Amino acid sequence: MYRYDQYDQQIVNERVAQFRDQTRRFLAGELTGDEYKPLRLQNGLYIQRYAPMLRVAVPYGLLNATQVRKLAHIARKYDRGYAHVSTRQNFQYNWPELKDVPDILEELASVEMHAIQTSGNCIRNTTTDQFAGIAPDEVFDPRPLAEIIRQWSTFHPEFALLPRKFKIAVSGTKDDRAVVQMHDIGLEFYRDAAGSLLAKVWVGGGLGRTPILGEVIEEALPWRHLLSYCEAIIRVYNRYGRRDNIYKARIKILVKSLGIAEFKRQVEAEWEHTKEGETTITQEEFDRVAQHFTAPPYATLSDSDAGFEAKRTEEKAFANWVKRNVHGHKVPGYRAVTLSLKTTGVAPGDITDAQLDTVADLADKYSFGELRTTHEQNIVLSDVALTDLYAVWQEAKAAGLATPNIGLITDIICCPGGSFCDLANAKSIPIAESIQRQFDDLDYQHDIGELELNISGCMNSCGHHHVGHIGILGVDKNDEEWYQVSIGGKQGNDASLGAVIGPSFAAEEVAGVVQRLIDVYVENRTPEERFIDTARRLGIAPFKTRVYADRQPAKKEAANV
Amino acid sequence: MSDVVSANASNLIKLKDGVGQIVADDWTWVRIPKATEEVKKQAGKVVLFKLTGDATATAEEIAATDIPAQGRVLVPLAVWLARKDELAARVAAREVGVWVETHELVEDLVASVHDINALPLIAIHVERFADGRIYSAGALLRTRYGYRNELRALGDVLRDQLFFFKRTGFDAFLIRADRSAEDALASLKDFSDPYQAAVDDKRPLWRRHVRSVTA
Ligand code: SF4
Repeated sequence: MYRYDQYDQQIVNERVAQFRDQTRRFLAGELTGDEYKPLRLQNGLYIQRYAPMLRVAVPYGLLNATQVRKLAHIARKYDRGYAHVSTRQNFQYNWPELKDVPDILEELASVEMHAIQTSGNCIRNTTTDQFAGIAPDEVFDPRPLAEIIRQWSTFHPEFALLPRKFKIAVSGTKDDRAVVQMHDIGLEFYRDAAGSLLAKVWVGGGLGRTPILGEVIEEALPWRHLLSYCEAIIRVYNRYGRRDNIYKARIKILVKSLGIAEFKRQVEAEWEHTKEGETTITQEEFDRVAQHFTAPPYATLSDSDAGFEAKRTEEKAFANWVKRNVHGHKVPGYRAVTLSLKTTGVAPGDITDAQLDTVADLADKYSFGELRTTHEQNIVLSDVALTDLYAVWQEAKAAGLATPNIGLITDIICCPGGSFCDLANAKSIPIAESIQRQFDDLDYQHDIGELELNISGCMNSCGHHHVGHIGILGVDKNDEEWYQVSIGGKQGNDASLGAVIGPSFAAEEVAGVVQRLIDVYVENRTPEERFIDTARRLGIAPFKTRVYADRQPAKKEAANV
Repeated sequence: MSDVVSANASNLIKLKDGVGQIVADDWTWVRIPKATEEVKKQAGKVVLFKLTGDATATAEEIAATDIPAQGRVLVPLAVWLARKDELAARVAAREVGVWVETHELVEDLVASVHDINALPLIAIHVERFADGRIYSAGALLRTRYGYRNELRALGDVLRDQLFFFKRTGFDAFLIRADRSAEDALASLKDFSDPYQAAVDDKRPLWRRHVRSVTA
């Protein structure tokens, strides 16, 4: 993975000093709360419902064991013994004290980490495929370019105060796992017939209150022009994006109002002037960064192992885990392993300090010291030998990290919601738990098969509910917490936005509603169909009929209000 | 001409060879008298930002704007566009500068003069700290339109923006009156070697230095 040189280290050190001084000035009354706000936000510090929340950047989801031990230490020393993996692959602390934040940042800087631009109206953490560099279907390893984007976007002076937050995703696989169509800019790398590396550029996608899939602005951007092209897009957005209404300020609104053709025209007019400038990436710079992402010293292994097969036949629990939590790898004899942070009774994505230490140990012992966070809020050990899988499973199980539910109904993506977040309409964590309890039976979960269930506590959609096969959204009605349910959303190359099935439900009804959706699926599926396929084939009608069969939605709701 | 002055006499910082100094301000900042205070409401929120291209002033307000007859005057773009003929002699004497709101287009200023460098001063006014349009305006004036004279940031100008201002081509900063320019000087040095190319250094870090892979 990328290691800092003196310049990278100097920038994060100077950031710590700068933020320490800004915080000092705020605490001394030299900065008002309003003046301090954009400054602290650019450093991932929110003032939440109960305490500040600090979001730590995990660039494109890559971490090493030393960093994870530091995250564990911070959880112990400055928080309440746990941390949280967000849907943007970052780490969050829910209980730090404001006065401690500069010290926390200093600790992070000591392991080449920071909280720069993890919130605020600026270019956020660039995300990519969690299996980048190891995926069997990878065309191009996007991590060097993700790192080049990270450096370019860090304190970019022209784009420090955009109309709204700005998210970039990069992908280099046939099968998009980086959700590029859901980002302000999505870059899908591919090679043309001649072998040249090009990017298909998507712009104006995003969730939030007006979910929109991005549109293609450029089909074939040569990789060297990546930064100047992004600069042209963001300059047009910075100048013309709306700033008068926070709900209309994302780039997607500008793209929609101009139309993609006119937006493209403006971007290209801008780009004309800067295209071949100093920002053009050279092969040497690419190579310098790419050297950091070379393959670890893999052993030459056979892609099968009798001991592993034997264990899998003997122990059904192990077999289940292998089926759900172990993924293909481009190197023979290696696999990627997902450690599940979705144990029933624990908020999705939460991890204790002790578990973090275990994860670091597992990475050191079995995965060349590297790991990844996923936007599904789990952790991946990227390079585990087939022969070690059984040992990893046992150790992970002992630490409560081996729930065999990856990609299943209980592997819920869930934002912090009303338990922590100031903006929430409703709680999301207890809803996740009620659903996990409803479907606790593992055989049943495996029978239901692949299913993405996503929960957001409000329209800001941090829980990506629009792209959940089943999506749940907290809504506020006369100060009560209600939940709107949608089906048919999906991420990936064939992304779609879910359709709301009807009037919303009270918290205690949600798990039962999900049960009915599943019943309709199980009764109607063909042998190879996943929930999403059946939902797409049948449309929402049969689901809706079943869910609302015994109630008069309008009346019932009115009675509850 | 501006001389280095004591801290409490002026809140204007100018860069000289990249180093900030507090200097006297010999310009009169001319503002448009507002006929009525407008408060637009939308979705229950006061609209704080005008959209790019929105009109700044009415014809009456422009006509009513009082331009001092003596000395160096910094006039609003709307007034400049409507009344530049009456200022022609003073432009030749290099007594006229123009200031632009962040929602106005620097292109309109550029189109209004034969030579942008006939103006010894251009200023951009930040109504609110969070309005980052000023950075693009500065970068465009410097790189696209070849402006070489003083480029000043006015308005809600606080020390934590200075580093970004400097990088996007500004070389003068009028610190908000209730804050110390002396304190603000320190923020110009927040970062010593930033990553990307910008107006103040057109090379990205990797073109400035040889960066080697550390093990
Ligand atoms: S979706 Fe809403 S409630 Fe959930 S974390 Fe985001 S802003 Fe908070």
